[in-house]
Formats: sequence, C-alpha cells, structure tokens
Amino acid sequence: MGYLIIEQMLNGLQYGLMLFLLAAGLTLVFGIMDLINLAHGSLYMIGAFLAATFFQMLGSFFPALLLAIVATAFIGFILERLLYRKLQTMSHLSQVLATFALILIANESIKIIFGAQPLMISMPSGLSRAIEIVPDELYYPAYRLLIIGVGFAVAIGLYLLVNKTRTGMWMRAGASNREMAAVMGVRIKPLFTLVFVLGAALCALAGALLGPLLAVTIGMGESILIPAFQVIVIGGIGSMRGALIGSLLVGMIDTVGKLLLVLGLGFITDPTNAGTLGSTLASLSISVLMVAVLYFRPQGLFPARG
Amino acid sequence: MSHIILEVKDLVKRFGGLVASDIQHLEVKQGEIHALIGPNGAGKTTLLSQLSGEMKPDAGAILFEGEDISALPVHKRVQAGIARSYQITTLLPRLTVRENLALAVQARTGHSFDFLGTVMDETDLDEGAINTAARVGLSPELDQIVGTLSHGKQRLLELGMALACEPRLILLDEPMAGTDVEESHNMGTLMLSLKKQHTIILVEHDIDAVFRLADRISVLVSGKVIATGTAEEIKQNPAVITAYLGEEDADELEVSA
Amino acid sequence: MMNRFGPSHVKNTPLNTGLPNPWSAILVAVLLVTFPLAMSYMGEDFYIGMGSRILIMALAATALNLALGYGGMISLGHAAFLGIGGYTVAILAKAGLVSALLVFPLAILMASFAAFLIGLISLRTKGVYFIMITLAFAEVFYYLAISLPNFGGDDGLPLRTRSSVPGIRLDNALTFYFFVLLLSGLAIVLMYRLVSSRFGRAVVAIRENEKRMAAIGYPVYRIQLMAFTLSGGLAGLAGALLANLNMSVTPHMLDWHQSGILIVMVILGGSGYFWGGLTGAALFLILEEVIADHTEHWNLFLGAMLLFIVLAAPNGVMSLRDRVLGLFNRSGSNADSKGSSEQEVNK
Repeated sequence: MGYLIIEQMLNGLQYGLMLFLLAAGLTLVFGIMDLINLAHGSLYMIGAFLAATFFQMLGSFFPALLLAIVATAFIGFILERLLYRKLQTMSHLSQVLATFALILIANESIKIIFGAQPLMISMPSGLSRAIEIVPDELYYPAYRLLIIGVGFAVAIGLYLLVNKTRTGMWMRAGASNREMAAVMGVRIKPLFTLVFVLGAALCALAGALLGPLLAVTIGMGESILIPAFQVIVIGGIGSMRGALIGSLLVGMIDTVGKLLLVLGLGFITDPTNAGTLGSTLASLSISVLMVAVLYFRPQGLFPARG
Repeated sequence: MSHIILEVKDLVKRFGGLVASDIQHLEVKQGEIHALIGPNGAGKTTLLSQLSGEMKPDAGAILFEGEDISALPVHKRVQAGIARSYQITTLLPRLTVRENLALAVQARTGHSFDFLGTVMDETDLDEGAINTAARVGLSPELDQIVGTLSHGKQRLLELGMALACEPRLILLDEPMAGTDVEESHNMGTLMLSLKKQHTIILVEHDIDAVFRLADRISVLVSGKVIATGTAEEIKQNPAVITAYLGEEDADELEVSA
Repeated sequence: MMNRFGPSHVKNTPLNTGLPNPWSAILVAVLLVTFPLAMSYMGEDFYIGMGSRILIMALAATALNLALGYGGMISLGHAAFLGIGGYTVAILAKAGLVSALLVFPLAILMASFAAFLIGLISLRTKGVYFIMITLAFAEVFYYLAISLPNFGGDDGLPLRTRSSVPGIRLDNALTFYFFVLLLSGLAIVLMYRLVSSRFGRAVVAIRENEKRMAAIGYPVYRIQLMAFTLSGGLAGLAGALLANLNMSVTPHMLDWHQSGILIVMVILGGSGYFWGGLTGAALFLILEEVIADHTEHWNLFLGAMLLFIVLAAPNGVMSLRDRVLGLFNRSGSNADSKGSSEQEVNK
C-alpha cells in the first residue's frame, strides 16, 4: 500500500506541475495587469488541438509539440495586441464579459474547424512503457515521468527567469506595484506582451503534454480553469512561488488526498460509495483549503503585493 | 475645557519591520482644535486612520470618552461620535451635494437595514442635508453634481460629510490641501465656528494656519509625539525647532511671531 | 417616484437611475398579462412556454442585477443559487414532497443560505479576487451535483410532476405561465421595495464609494452581505421555477457558463436599471431562439456580439439601453446617466 501512495504522489506531482504551467501565466497576467482572464483555459485547449493536428500531419510527437507551442504563442501575441491590451484599461466587468466571449468564440471555432469529436495524440513510441522504479513493486509510466521532468525543468526555468534576470525583476516589480514600476522606468506594455505570449506558450505545452493522457476535447479549457484559479487564490495573485506551491498542494490533495479518503472511507462504507464520496470530498477539501487561506491570509500564501 | 474627550495610550502600528506610529501618550480636550504637525512620514495620517478605525493598531489603547474603542470597526466609531475627512477628496462624485449629505444623515438614523419599508417621507434626511450644507456654506450648490464642483467646494463638502454625522470629535486630514488663499481662509473661519460644538483633530501642512487656529499642537516625528503645547510653547520648544522646524522655518517663525 | 431629493431637474444621479417610472410598471404588467392570452387564443402553446422561460430567467437576472448592477458586486457564481433552488425542489420531490407552499420557501431558504456563506467569505475580498472566489465556490456546488449519486450525477434528476398548488393544476402551459408571473411579479414588487428603500440607497451608494460610506457610519460589509443573500434567495426562487418548467434539473443549471450568461443578460438589459433583468433576459432568449433557428453556431454569434459590446464603447461596457437612449438623446443632459453600467467599486 505504501507503493500505492508513492504512485499517487507521483501522479499528484504530475498533475500539480501541469496545473503550474497554466497558473504561472495566469498569475502573472492577473498580478501585473490586474486583468481577469477567463479565457486562459481556451489557450490550453487551442494548444492541445493544434498539437493533435500537427501530430496527425507529421506523425511524430515532439515536432508537433514544438509547432503547437509556437503557433499558440503566436495566437497569444495576436490576442494580446488586438484585445487584451485594450481590456487592460477597462473595468473588471468588461474583462469578464470579453474573455467570456472569447471562450464562446474559441469553443465554437474549434467545433467548426475540428468537429465535435475528441482528438487523440499517441505517446512518443519509446515512452509508452512503464519503468520499474522499485523492482517488482513500483512501476511508473515513462511518459508521466517525462511530464514530471519537463514540469520541473520549466519551473526551474521560470524561477531563474523571474528571480535572476532583469526581465524577471520587471515582472516582480510590475506584480507588486504597477504604478511604481512604471514610474521607475519599466516598460509595462512590452512586458505584458511578453508575459502573455509566455503564458500562451506554457498553456500549449501543458495542453500538448496532457494530450496523450486525456482526450483532446472542447470543454477541456474550462475544466482546468477552476483549479488554476484556486491555485492562484491559494498562492497569492502575481506570485510565481505561490503558483508553484499552490499547484503542488492542489495536485497532491486531488490525488493522494483522494486515495487516502477513499481508503479511509472504505472502513466505514462500501467501496463504491467510498470511491465517489472520496473524490467529492477531495475536490471539496481543495475549496476548504482555499477558504481557509482566504480567511487567514486574504492575500494568499505568498502575496506579491507588499 | 479640561474634560478629556480622547486619550491615546502606547499606540503602536508597524508596517513590516517599520514602526509607523508609536504614540506613548496623547490627550485631546473637549472643544479644542488639536493640531498634529510633523514632517512627511511622521505618522500623522497613520495615527488618524487608527483613530477612525481604518487601521488596526498592533498594540495600545484609544479611549474615547473613557471607553476603549480600539477594537471597534469604522462604522461603530462613527456611531460613537468620531467622524473624519480625507486628504484626498473621497466623496460620491456622481451624486448631488444634497444626496451626499442625506446619505450621511441616513446613516445616523439607523434605518439602513429597513429594506421593506419604502420610505416615502424623506423630510428628515432632506432637512439634515440642508442644514449641513448651510453650515459649510454650500447652500447654493445643494443640487449640483459633486464631480462638477470646484476643488475648494469639494473640500468644504468633505468637511460637511463629517459634520453630517453629528460627531463629537472630528478628524480632519489636511482640509486645506490644494485650496487657494481665500478658500483656505474660509475653511479656517469655518473651523473656528465649529469648535464650540465639536472637538477637532487637525492634520495640516499649512503651518501658519495651524498656529492661527489650533488651541494646542502635538508635534510628531518618526511616529512619536515629541511635544504637545500651545502655539507659543511649540514655537519656543528647542526640541521641536531642531527636530522638525529646521533652521529656515525657525527663522520664519520668529519673524511671524 | 423619479426623484426623492431636490428639484426634479436632477434626475440622473445613480440614486435615482435604478428606480422605475411608474408608467413603465403598468406597461410591463399589461404586456406580460396579454401576451400569453393572445398566444393561447392563437393556439401557440410553444410561445407560452417561451414566455415562462423568459419570466424565470428575468427573475434570475433581476436577482443578479441587485448584486451586480445595484451593488457593484461582480458575482460569477449566481448559477449556483439558481441550481440550489432547482435541486431543492427536485430532491424534495424525489422524497415525495411536492407542495409548492413547502418546497418554494425551502428552495429560497437554501439558496439564501448558500449565498450568505459564499458572501461571508468572498465579500472580505475585492476586485479580481471576488470574481474568482464566487466562481470557485459556485463550482463546489457543480461538483457536488455531478458527483453525488443521490443527486443523479451527470443526468440530473427528473421531476415526475410539477409542484402542487392547492386549487390549481400547473401542468397546463397557460396556468403555469400565470403561476410564474404571480411569483416573479411578487418578487419584482419586493425588488422594487428593496431598491427604493433606505437599504437600497445604501447599497447603491456603497457601489459608488465604499470607503466614504464606511467613514460616514455604514456597516458596509453587513449591507453588502445582506444584498448578496437576498440576491441569492431570489435566484433560488427562479431555480425552483425553472425546475418546474423543465420538469427536471441537471448539473448544467449550475455550470459557471450559466453564471456568465446571467451577467450577459444583466449587461444587455441595463446593469443597475430596474427593468434590466427582464429586458436582458427577454432580449437574450428571443435572440437565441431566432438565431438558433438559422445556424447551429449561436455561441459564435453571442461571443462576437459580446466582444462588440465591450470594445465598441470607449469606456467599456455600455448596456444596449444606454446605447439606444444615447441615439435619441445626444444632447448633454444624458452625460451622467451613461456611467451607471460601468461602476467598478471592486476594482
């Protein structure tokens, strides 16, 4: 049973890191521009659909992944120039409406272009097997290990970008106090373009990587948006560190927490009930965590604003 | 005059590691204009915000009429009799002067949770608004949209909003900021007329106005009160001269004194 | 009832724009009563059902308008209250309780209670936090509905019969319409009392300047919480009616898309205007009906229309009402009525 928990921890790590890819871009957009972007999940969906399409054309996973990232980043660039730059000066209500509209448009366009059927991406051939981590006891799919590896690499890359580079310094300054940053000579507009494009690219990376594990479907963007929001609220808007820790927390609760709940409930009720009740309680406990954080630390665990 | 309306004891407020305000002792007498002066960042507005309840102190007590109010939220302190005005004009700019004042009067009547009784008779609110407007000299502007008023008029309304709460203690944060000579003179006259019924704590950068208006002055430096006394006492206090007024201002003072 | 303070030339301040003209109430009432009778006479039962749907969504949008339009609280979670109202009716019906006198008050109570809890936490926050938190909380109820087998999971719960009211049979389309009209009419009257009371005035003024309202002695948090709770309760009533109209409840009712649609309705009809909810719901549902007749891509059209509404106005969202009025009334007097759909207290 110990190995079962370790396996779920790895799953939690994998889910949490993918969530981080979304939350990282989202938290910077929220933090730097004070802009609520409901359509962030749509970029994730677009990235996944593009990856699936490129995969069907090329028959090869990694080139498709790269192309999808570049293409989604370009779409992000266009959107930022045409829409988000304007939205940034508008009220939150306008931002909610416009990005909600964007979701409707994205979903419907995908349906028109790709049809209503889910698309599939196959795993890269070498990675579809399981790797023996503890002989005879613990096997773990190689592909999921790859995702964990990529997730960590991106997390470290983002950490270095935000904490060790001049651009990162601007980002932190922008997230903690936009007016002050502008006064101090940070050019907010190009910075925002950069952040937005980066966010789009990370979305596509997550969408493409998860493609072989989940079906690529039209509603996928919205189902991941809510956990990403919860992550940001828990971690603190604008904080990269908060996004990482929040993501891992949410990922762990969703997998390990669920397992423990199911196992624990198994003692008091029958397995089917324990299964559904356990997963419901796990989703609930993420919300409970969010409430608790909000109650005791309304600015999140790692507030970017001083 | 000797009745103490407000007493502050060991009031500490920190921002991160920085001590923004550390008032060991401060007394305000009933019916006086008590000015708080000091250089920028001395903690005047921080003190005012703690008195009004917008900031929670980290330690210490605020006694209003002998009762510790330091745990009360803003609206409870208004009900207890403390109202404030803001340095940066904080009004309802899309409403008329009358409506702004009537809202303040309504808060006092305590019927704001009366959500089923549609109140057709608004004469009590209207009268309150008219009276307050007259007190601050805004009767002609009663039905103008606040956002269209001149800055000086908005400053008067800022004071009127506090007055409409019928407070015993008024906290005024730089009521003369940004006003011209005439407006600031009118504001001063108004304050003198108010002090018969109200106690006023005044934060003001215009030193001449402070010396002209205040009965007593407390000087704040780095969050601490370094001296309290009448204008004459403050002008001659050596600690004040070196710590706050500086050489040039000290010269100026002697000339005007 | 145009103006409570001062001479009548000052009509357009935010304290007055939310109050309806008495003539408009009579007009609306006459329209809502004659429409179904005419349809019934012409044998168009479909349009009577459509009318019921419009009334119900109008009630939900009016409820949201209280929080969003009057109170400036951008709630992206009102579908949850709609759903809670509906599920209360369906779950009680499953247990054999169908008396409207019992289940409707319970539905309102449950939705109010949920709104109270959500408000309790989320009103401590401002700006984007408030929006995200109302959204995230509402999703909790969505997850509950989807994952609890007792609630029917993905398929939801069917209603075997409509709620029972002594002396009336609700399975007739026309009777049901008038039942809906009666309840939503009562709710509209309540809403009128609310917004024209001292409480309603405080809610609007807090939207205008929260800090100042606290500084003159208003318990801002409690007033907002009260408005939010009332708004949730009204949405719950709409949900109870919707369950009866559809003869079923599904998790789709509490999906956050639904919350987005409610916001769209309020904005279309006029955020912070008394008839905003009704106008918006009617416009939205009729448009949807007409356009969905011609194309299956209604969502594409809706998205494009929304983007246009947001981007075409220089200062952001402007309701259709303001646009239309603006066309007729270009001269200066309209200048300050413009902003009322564009308040941003939470920002």
